[in-house]
Formats: sequence, structure tokens, C-alpha cells
Amino acid sequence: MAEIHNYTMNFGPQHPASHGVLRLVLELDGEVVERIDPHIGLLHRGTEKLAESKPYNHSIGYMDRLDYVSMMCNEHAYVRAIEQLLEIEPPPRAQHLRVMFDEVTRILNHLLWLGAHALDIGAMTVFLYAFREREDLMDCYEATTGARMHATYYRPGGVYRDLPESMPRYQPSRFCSKRKARLRNRDREGSLLDFLEAFTGRFPGCVDEYETLLTDNRIWKQRTVDIGVVSPERALQLGFTGPMLRGSGIPWDLRRRQPYAVYDAMRFDVPVGTNGDCYDRYLVRVEEMRQSNRIIRQCVEWLRKNPGPVIVADHKIAPPPREEMKHDMEAMIHHFKLFTEGFCLPEGETYAAVEHPKGEFGVYLISDGANKPYRLKIRAPGFPHLAALDELARGHMLADVVALIGTLDLVFGEVDR
Amino acid sequence: MTASDSWISAQADWLGDRAEIRADRDCPCLMTSAEHVVDILRHLRDGPECRFEQLIDLAGLDYAEYGQDEWQTEEASAAGFSRASAAATSARFSFEDPHPPVTQNGRFAVAYQLLSLSHNRRIRVVASCASGAWPTLPSVRELWQCADWYEREAFDLFGIVFEGHPDLRRILTDYGFIGHPLRKDFPLSGHMEVRYDPGVRRVIYQPVTIEPRVTVPKVRRGQDHG
Repeated sequence: MAEIHNYTMNFGPQHPASHGVLRLVLELDGEVVERIDPHIGLLHRGTEKLAESKPYNHSIGYMDRLDYVSMMCNEHAYVRAIEQLLEIEPPPRAQHLRVMFDEVTRILNHLLWLGAHALDIGAMTVFLYAFREREDLMDCYEATTGARMHATYYRPGGVYRDLPESMPRYQPSRFCSKRKARLRNRDREGSLLDFLEAFTGRFPGCVDEYETLLTDNRIWKQRTVDIGVVSPERALQLGFTGPMLRGSGIPWDLRRRQPYAVYDAMRFDVPVGTNGDCYDRYLVRVEEMRQSNRIIRQCVEWLRKNPGPVIVADHKIAPPPREEMKHDMEAMIHHFKLFTEGFCLPEGETYAAVEHPKGEFGVYLISDGANKPYRLKIRAPGFPHLAALDELARGHMLADVVALIGTLDLVFGEVDR
Repeated sequence: MTASDSWISAQADWLGDRAEIRADRDCPCLMTSAEHVVDILRHLRDGPECRFEQLIDLAGLDYAEYGQDEWQTEEASAAGFSRASAAATSARFSFEDPHPPVTQNGRFAVAYQLLSLSHNRRIRVVASCASGAWPTLPSVRELWQCADWYEREAFDLFGIVFEGHPDLRRILTDYGFIGHPLRKDFPLSGHMEVRYDPGVRRVIYQPVTIEPRVTVPKVRRGQDHG
């Protein structure tokens, strides 16, 4: 009989299931994966190097573009690192706004993950459902910051501005009849908080819809149960964080264990899995969406009752209000210096981490006392997750690789930086 | 250092003169050298009152230009606008400049961020590299599997060689890339650029055509400034 050797196959970098630009070199024995060598860096933009050449405020926008489906959470880690070195504390309203938008972002991220993951392994409808709800949350982003994705909303010492009093509405047009426009504008009569509250009211029902499609679906279970099992010990060794770690049964959530912003005042549960397979990680993420919804609701309640400033009043760090600049020379000078030179951080090192939708997103910041970071290291959760793909996929079928890439929740903006 | 960090003072005896303990704003930090780093990290992972199960991050560091300004604020008033353009840090790098010697002592270091889930603590270990033709450190891949890619990244971006690493390849930069881009003497614009050449009908490499420039000079001002 002829001797059959393993063969090597290339996957990507342009492949719809690779969630961006991932190249895998697969060594296969028939259809069984023997070894995977992921080649990354196709989206490497040198964010860390760029940040070293710019004042602190200029790099907030780069943070959005790291993990471009959970924009504000990235910003949160970065501004927290700056605030830790400056030893300043944002006002409580800003903290609540940050927590609220962090959770909006978490739902945005998990919805995209759920839709894309389901699409990869054969369920089409979930993607359409998920994008329906994403659209509402994108509208919240847009109404507050002016941008649907890359918001640059968090600033050292607070957030850029307070919530708008009204939501943008649909206009009747050739593509949208009067009746349809009225229907779409039903929740948009009031402020952004009213709109978000209405969203939190209907969202659990939407999650039920996704679950109806997937949770007991026979094909879904065949594709995910017992695929990519990670034991708790291995999860720690491999540097897993976030849902990947919780899926393996370790109840570790930075929002609970090392609370930042106002997470210690929020009521929410931390879901954990038992088997550490793709199916458990799916269940964990779905439950996280429900918990995020709870947190948004609590923030909406708090924000309704407590008006106040949303950024610190120190004009060395935050710009003075526009109308003040019209008549106050001092404010004018502050504005000029802040936007031409920025502010200097005291010399020192710090590491600030947040519970990002994908895991622990950290920023390690070294300042030598200048107006630019001396070194900025971004700890992207996807990086160690992808490094584990080789171990996860060994012995699985080729088709399971797609399910595994999905369960890792990869976004190459953050893996490649 | 807060009261909850008192456990680290208890480690001082064990550490002896192998590491120096520094209290940073977020967590304690151990400053050590290449010869002791593996012993210390193993102790931090396995010691009953340490139990740092996770290596959260590993970052290469280059201290070549630490504390240098691009804008001399003290003598600035007399010198006029040339003060900004005359600065000589990496952003101002010109391609004729000689590279600073790699072997400069204490130039390269690696920062390990550790997390203990059982004690809910963090610690940072900064190890300065042994100097030579290449800055070197022992690999910690045997202690934490995830160090594999992190060390490849630090090798790629800083040219730090991790002894004992089984597969030290470039990871983030292009196939065939030359240089270590996060070193301070590597220009922000890089050395090569790519473009499509309609003549040969393929993408070609050529030396960069953009001028390196500084939009906002780096300044250091004291905390009592302003």
C-alpha cells in the first residue's frame, strides 16, 4: 500500500471564516488537524510606536481602532492608565456614563460575535437578528459622540460630553413610508436615556429569540459541544481571560474582583461554564449579554436622577467650555496649550486593565515625565487566545477549526495592533 | 504601597539582593537582572503566598532615550523656533545617523505582568537584559505556555533574544522584514515602503520617500509647571 504523508494546507489570509486577516498553515492527516501555525501581523499598524510620537490625547482614537468592535472598552483602559499616573478621579456621572457605554459595547461585541460565529458554522438567521439590535446601539453611539464606531468619547478625567436630550429620527422618504417612519420613531420621541431604557426592555426578548434559534438546536450542538475543551489549569497556563476563562469554570471577572469605575455599585452575576467547550463559551457570552442589559438599566436609572459635570474641571487636563473661551483669556490659553502641547504625566509606570468583552484588555504605560508616552504596551486579550489555537485544534477535524476561530472571538485589530 | 501589599515585604528576605522592590502606583514591582529572573518568576508562580498563576503580559522595553526632550524648555526663549527642529530623538532620526550601540548597559529590559487569581493580586517584574551582541534573557515558556508568543513578539519588535525558546521567529512584522521597529533608534516612518509599480506590474519595495517630522515636540515639564 502506498505510504500517505501528512499534507500542509494554507488557510486565509482572505477567508470569510478567518474574521479579518488571519493566515493559518495547517498540517493535516486526512481531515484531522495535526498542527496549526497561525501567521499574524497582517494588520500590524504599529499603534504602540505611533502612540510614542504623539501627545496622550491624540492616541485615544487609535484605541478605538484596536478592537474595532468594542471601541469604548479599549479607550477605557487607556484613559484609566493616564488617570492612574495623574492620580485624578473622574466625576461620578462620567463614571456611570463609562460603565453604561462599556456595557453597550459589550452587547455590541457579543452580538457581532454571535452573528458571525453562527454564520460560520451554518446558521444564517442569527446574523440578521443580531445586526437588527446592533443598529439601535450604534444609534446610541452616534447620538452621543457623532460616530457610529470610532467614538473617541472617553477622555482623561471624564468623557467628552453629556448625553443628548433628543434622539435623531427617521424621515419619510422614497424608501421609508410615513407609516414606517412613525413605527421606527416610536422609541425616539424622548431623550437617549428613554431610548436606551426602551431597548433594555425589549432586549431580553431578543436574546430569547437567538437562544430559540441556537441553544437547543441539534446542528448547533453537534458543531460546538465537546469541541475545543480547555481544562481550568490549561486555561490559566495559556493566559486565557474573560469568557474563555469563565467558560472553563473559573469565576474570574475584573468587574467583580478588581472593580473599576462604578462596577462595585452595580448588581450583576458572573456566568461560568462547566465543560470548557465551545458550547459553554457560547452560553457564557449569551448570559453576559443579559447581565450587561441589567447593568445598563441600573446606569440609566442613576443617570436620570444625578445630573452633574462629566469631566474634571482642571483645565490643564480637560479643555475649558466653549463659551468660557469667548471671554476669558486664561481659558483661551489653556485651550491653546492643551491642544498644541498636551499635558505632561509624572514620571512612573502603571498597568491598567479592564474587563473587555473578549477578556482582560490592559495598557502598560511608562512615562518619563513628558507629554508623550515613553512606552505604551497594549495587552490584547485575543493574542494569547489565538496562540492557543494550535493546542485547541489538535486532533479535531478541519471543519472544527472554523468553530474554534469563532469561539476565540478574534478581532485582528487588537491581535496585530 | 498599601497595606494589602504587605505580603511583598515578607518576600524581601527570600529575594535578598537578587531584586529590588519598588512601589508603583498600581502594584509592587520587582527590578531584577537576567540571571535571577527565572528563579524569581518560578518562586512567584509556585510559592504558597504568591501563587501568580497567570502571566498576563510580557513587554519589551528600550530605555535608550529615557528622559530626553525634543524641545529644550529651559534655554528655549533665547534660541527661537529652531529649538524644536534641532532635537535628535528617534522621531527626528535621519537616515545618516549612526545607530547607538546595542550593547549599551541597561538599555533593554522586559516587563512581566503577573496576576494571582487565588490572592487577587498583581505584580510586575522588570528584568534588564544581559548585554552582548544581542540583548538576551532566559525564556519563561516552561513556566507559562503563553510566554511563547509574547517572547516572539518582544524578539520581533525589540530584537531581544530569549535563550531556550524553541521557535523564536518574527511574529508581527512582514515576511523578510529587517530591523526591530519598536527600538528607539528605528524611525517612525520605517526604512522601506511598498507601492504598486505599473511598469513591472507588481508591488515593489523602495526606500521611504517621506520626510520624518515632529508635529508636536516632546517636552518634559515639572509638576509645578504652569
